[in-house]
Amino acid sequence: MTGTDTKARGMTMTQKILADHAGLERVEAGQLIKARLDMVLGNDITTPVAVKEFRKIGRDRVFDKNKIAIVPDHFTPNKDIKSAEQVRFIKEFAREMGIVNFFEIGRMGVEHALLPEKGLVVPGDVVIGADSHTCTYGALGAFSTGIGSTDMAAGMATGEAWFKVPEAIRFVLTGKPGKWVSGKDIILHIIGMIGVDGALYKSMEFTGDGLEHLSMDDRFSMANMAIEAGAKNGIFDVDEKTLEYVREHSTKPYKVYKADEDAVYCREYVIDLNTVKPTVAFPHLPSNARTIDQVGEIKIDQVVIGSCTNGRIEDMRSAAQVLKGRAVHPDVRCIIIPATQKIWKQAMDEGLFDIFIEAGAAVSTPTCGPCLGGHMGILAKGERAVATTNRNFVGRMGHPESEVYLASPAIAAASAVAGRIASPDEL
Amino acid sequence: MKVQGNVIKYGDNVDTDVIIPARYLNTSDPKELAAHCMEDLDPGFAGRVKAGDIIAAGTNFGCGSSREHAPIAIKASGISCVIAKTFARIFYRNAINIGLPIVECPEAAEDISDGDVVEVDFDTGAITNKTKGRSYKAVPFPEFMQEIIKAEGLVGYIRNQG
Repeated sequence: MTGTDTKARGMTMTQKILADHAGLERVEAGQLIKARLDMVLGNDITTPVAVKEFRKIGRDRVFDKNKIAIVPDHFTPNKDIKSAEQVRFIKEFAREMGIVNFFEIGRMGVEHALLPEKGLVVPGDVVIGADSHTCTYGALGAFSTGIGSTDMAAGMATGEAWFKVPEAIRFVLTGKPGKWVSGKDIILHIIGMIGVDGALYKSMEFTGDGLEHLSMDDRFSMANMAIEAGAKNGIFDVDEKTLEYVREHSTKPYKVYKADEDAVYCREYVIDLNTVKPTVAFPHLPSNARTIDQVGEIKIDQVVIGSCTNGRIEDMRSAAQVLKGRAVHPDVRCIIIPATQKIWKQAMDEGLFDIFIEAGAAVSTPTCGPCLGGHMGILAKGERAVATTNRNFVGRMGHPESEVYLASPAIAAASAVAGRIASPDEL
Repeated sequence: MKVQGNVIKYGDNVDTDVIIPARYLNTSDPKELAAHCMEDLDPGFAGRVKAGDIIAAGTNFGCGSSREHAPIAIKASGISCVIAKTFARIFYRNAINIGLPIVECPEAAEDISDGDVVEVDFDTGAITNKTKGRSYKAVPFPEFMQEIIKAEGLVGYIRNQG
């Protein structure tokens, strides 16, 4: 106990950010608040609906043309006429409103890789995005959460959103991850442990001395999948690695929040990263997690390496490390999608594309594409894919009778070579 | 306000990819979306559903994507209410924001069977199963959300506030 009021309990990191943005001294779990927004995001699927709702509200301008980002990334480069019409519709809106951060093909990226890279999100921000994986920016120590199109419209009009203050589950990470264990394996392990609704309506707060062994790309990948446990947000302690990333990418002012010593958590898990094994989520839920040694013989038809979960430079390097000097199995299509133009160029400059092409993989321009069964790698009936994406629901990547297995870039690349789900150690 | 309808029953974790598969998200037209509602879970849904029908489901209904097209498709199908043990949070917000009535009631969601005739009273939270002759009580909405519901969604609520 530190304060004079013995009844006042400490706040979690999320609660402190929300309190500040609601102009309140303190907030409690369950409290309904209106919070000021630092960034409002939409994509080519959700923004068209948001624009229609925005028109109904009847405002002639957005709250701040610098604090809205519109990223056409799901069906782009436009896969058909209807998709093209949707993108034209939102582009016209962006131009009319003077929205600064509209990202056209050739300058874009998968939204949740793009916004941090462009320095548009920094520690302490409150961000809403009409895309469920908006929770990704929790890796930077921001409160960010997915909402729908109507909330996006209201956010664009008012610069505010209503929230029920969440309680939090604390994940204390200790130790150092072993070989071939990445942020993706850790988050699949956690979702396997708590289930797809294990953190429903709650924050997942990641802390502990194990963080020092997790790169920013690992953390983005973990925060990204907080939604797959039903969470409102996932958030990491801010450390020197975070600040280094922010200094390199952004000139925006930021604020570092830290959970109170006496913050109240509804549950706590201590996870020794040294015990986490490479993990694969079987169809049709991200919680159907099995360690790589429990996978058995699963023959595959396709591998996808990319997405807002695992399309960053370290993911490209990890795939290249496995594919170098090897060949993609004759029965497998391996599709590699760097998540942004910058990552694409970096991968090219580092010679990773030579490795991919020589191995017999295809490299695509940035797009969400196959992750949600949009384009660039749709599965036929009965086909199986190993993907570094985030969801393996029925029909997610194509035919309702196709299957998606979620894994890290290293496992995905090894599987592409083996023609079945495999660890790099088996090659 | 009260609604009454035949129940179409589903299990746990009905995700937004089966409610409206992404291959149909190149439009936001409610009628077009309704034509493919539930297609990857229950291909007969669009042909079978009648105006006023009620969906009852298990835990975490609407998990996955933030696509508002999911509650829009359900609403445009003529569904008058979704009863579930729990809802995924983005779906919950979206449903309230667009004016699709939803109620959280683990007891009702467990007991109600496919084909039961059920009445939901949104003012009292009372759910009556006319087929089984049983009643249940829904978790009430916080006052603030009731105001959004009364304004028929978030847009109406903001307009009312000026």
